[in-house]
Amino acid sequence: MNIAIASGKGGTGKTFVSTNLFKTFQSLGHSALLVDCDVECPNSLLFFDLKKLSDTIVKEYRPIIDTNKCVYCGLCYEYCEYNAIFYVPELKQIKLLDNLCHGCKACTVACKHGAIENSSTEIGQVSFFVDSEKHIFLEGRLKEGKIASIPIIKSTIKEALSLSSDFVLIDSSPGTSCPFIQTAVRSDYIVLVTEPTPFGLSDLKQAVETLDSINKNYGVIINRSGIGNIEVYDYLEKNKIPIIAEIPFSKEIARYYSEGKLAVSYLSEIKELFEEISNKIIKNGNSIS
Amino acid sequence: MKVAITSRENSIDSIIDSRFGRCAYFAIYDTETKETEFVKNPNKEANEGAGPASVKFIASYRVEKAVSGEFGFKIKSLMNEVNIQMIVIQEEKTIKEIVDLLNK
Repeated sequence: MNIAIASGKGGTGKTFVSTNLFKTFQSLGHSALLVDCDVECPNSLLFFDLKKLSDTIVKEYRPIIDTNKCVYCGLCYEYCEYNAIFYVPELKQIKLLDNLCHGCKACTVACKHGAIENSSTEIGQVSFFVDSEKHIFLEGRLKEGKIASIPIIKSTIKEALSLSSDFVLIDSSPGTSCPFIQTAVRSDYIVLVTEPTPFGLSDLKQAVETLDSINKNYGVIINRSGIGNIEVYDYLEKNKIPIIAEIPFSKEIARYYSEGKLAVSYLSEIKELFEEISNKIIKNGNSIS
Repeated sequence: MKVAITSRENSIDSIIDSRFGRCAYFAIYDTETKETEFVKNPNKEANEGAGPASVKFIASYRVEKAVSGEFGFKIKSLMNEVNIQMIVIQEEKTIKEIVDLLNK
């Protein structure tokens, strides 16, 4: 079962839930794999003592425009959906704007004059790690200055699914745009982590609408319960969205987290809570698929 | 010489549009004929790359200067490549007022 841990709002506790959940799955005897798909800022693996095994470089297509062969017909410019080709025929200027290019190859298909050569650029990597008990961990990481996170997320999940593991826990990017959707579509069950604040609710609604539109099964963990207001609870009740659990707002949890430690290893009540969460997720995930 | 001024509407009494790439109109002013032509910016609703596409757009009018409230970082080097000088005006001036300034 592939389980994505996601949220609309950033900073609600995706990584906290992912890492502690992973530890709990393991201690309950399940075969689990932790995959960090928050490729713009991967940090799940900081909570474990790991050794790197290997890196797989992720590349994206790039066209190279040969200005000697170019007849300045402008077809590549017209085909480009992202304005990534800067084309001023009046000044005989044409060039690729690397930061806008999505590597879709439409320009190359358009060119009838052989003026575009195929090339690629490195945009990030998928890294494999191992702990002392030979458990594998995966991390997708976008290269600094690059903007295309989707190919990295796709490659990371592809690698994860090639490893046989009963439960694949995917720490997703915040937000509700493409990175979130990419992890959600490849998951059987999505854990939405929110907080009981107006910001948490606003972004939770967007995440729920997105998941409903792609027919996904999900439940909500309310993190830092005890702060904010009751609007999140009202919304969940009104829309009949299951609450998997509430994690209390606690200075102790925050302290362990900030020290790079897993709360389930130190706080018995949090250990029990995560065991309950694990069982619910397995039950909820299985009830649909 | 032609100058492109970003404009919120298509009249000389309109206020300058503070955004370059996603402005509503470009006022193309010709300092020799003293005429101003308003053209709709086709890149206002572009998914991505509105700035570079707008540089291309005004370059095709052979303008030598561009006046706007601000210019994004993606386009400054492109403006240099097509030899268009950027002029930033942050006050809410009308197109007419800017044209008067250009003629001073």
